Amino acid sequence: MQILSAVNNWLKRFANELQRLFYFSLRMVAALFGRPFYVAETLEQMYLIGVGSLYLIVLTGIFAGQGMALAYSVELADFGAKNYLGRIMAIAIIRELGPILAGLMVAARVASGITAEIGAMKSSNQLDAMVAFGIDPIKKIAVPRLIALVIMVPVLTIICDAIAILGAYFVADFVAHVTPTMYWSNVRGRLIFGNLFIGFFKPFVFSFIIAFISCYKGFTSEGGTKGVGQATTNSVVMASITILTVNFFITKVVFSLIKGYL
Amino acid sequence: MIGLREVSFSYGDRPVLRNVSFSVGQSESAVVMGPSGSGKSTILRLILGLETPQQGQVLIHGQDISTLKEKTKRELRKKIGMVFQDGALFDSLTVGENIGYYLLEHTRLPFEEITHRVRRMLGFVGLDADEIIDKLPEQLSGGMRRRVAIGRALLSTDPKIMLYDEPTTGLDPQAIDNVLNLIKKLHQERSISTIAVTHQIVDAFDIADRFIVVYEGEVAFDGSVQELRDCRDSRVQAFLAPFRSSFAGVARRRFVDGGQGL
Repeated sequence: MQILSAVNNWLKRFANELQRLFYFSLRMVAALFGRPFYVAETLEQMYLIGVGSLYLIVLTGIFAGQGMALAYSVELADFGAKNYLGRIMAIAIIRELGPILAGLMVAARVASGITAEIGAMKSSNQLDAMVAFGIDPIKKIAVPRLIALVIMVPVLTIICDAIAILGAYFVADFVAHVTPTMYWSNVRGRLIFGNLFIGFFKPFVFSFIIAFISCYKGFTSEGGTKGVGQATTNSVVMASITILTVNFFITKVVFSLIKGYL
Repeated sequence: MIGLREVSFSYGDRPVLRNVSFSVGQSESAVVMGPSGSGKSTILRLILGLETPQQGQVLIHGQDISTLKEKTKRELRKKIGMVFQDGALFDSLTVGENIGYYLLEHTRLPFEEITHRVRRMLGFVGLDADEIIDKLPEQLSGGMRRRVAIGRALLSTDPKIMLYDEPTTGLDPQAIDNVLNLIKKLHQERSISTIAVTHQIVDAFDIADRFIVVYEGEVAFDGSVQELRDCRDSRVQAFLAPFRSSFAGVARRRFVDGGQGL
């Protein structure tokens, strides 16, 4: 009986949290429209998110691409299909690896930063001070981060895709001994509308997920330094799990919708 | 000018204020005292419209701020200056940007004019503009931060009402004197209505004509220092007991040595 009651309470809390997150997200989207527009803040966030995450994306992209290429080249060699490595890599990276890797890396690096920054501002009453001076903190703090993420996550994903495919090429050429012409022609062959659409649509959705969750967790953090720390951890965990879950459903839905273009 | 009428407020299931009523007139200076956690700061948040009471009215110039739309609240807040606990200065901005924040955000004044006003305000609050205008809040002492926060509130809204949340907590005696003198100077020179929240009784006597003691969310006392001394309410007695000696000393200094007599 106690277990049932505990599960019931947990479910209620979870539903309540989801509802609050939903309403907060709506407020963020509503705040996108109408003056004032904080252009300088948005550009600053684009720099911090985009340029700041670049080294992480490049490093993870190149090593993940090489790792996958190594694994696939061995398996494909067993079937005498080693020459198709470029084709497999292009599909895997553009549709799945690139968006997920970029999404998770940005979630880990940026979501934690956003939540910690907003949480610290909240615990030191800086958000209340803004309200006291007639400024909407959601418009001033959350919206520039949302816009910056929506622009920069797809850009970072494209870079991640390119670097991973390049990393895989080195393995294909120097380890698996696939000719460069064969590798790149296979890659080019899979740069078709369906794959590119999935590859660009996913980071667009992931950027909203990262912005909504990280800002929400920052604005609702409580309990001083410890609370901010906890909110930061929760933000990264929640954003990462949501990205992975939503990724599956996007793949499933988009596959059925644009099957003819794949 | 400011009136709370039978205000009750809870954070979730935790009641904070119960049927709180008091009013503060034009040019009057009141101090809200009480032990930690008694709901003092919440009163200021209600007056500023940062929280909405579950019951009762919070009247500012005859308007119930809790029922107003955000746009109207913003207009009303222009008449209120708030000095948050620890100053709540924006830690990524310099002292100059903090003080000129409102003008930078809400006006199109030339930068030179804003700088001129900021320098003048720094002089008014007793700080050397040349020395600190480009410093970050973290580079200032506690007392300096409090004075910058007062300057920011004054330059922001040219207020008719000033609210201070624990203005002297955590400061050294010299800094306490500076901040208290500034509060008195403001009250006398600009005829600003003042509500300060504190649990420092000695400081309260220095700046207020009226004393409101909040105990466990209820107003246990509302009156002058003489009435406070004679108050037989057990809750007020319990709160004052640890401060009896300083209470007697300050009361003597203010009312006997000061010539007013008890």
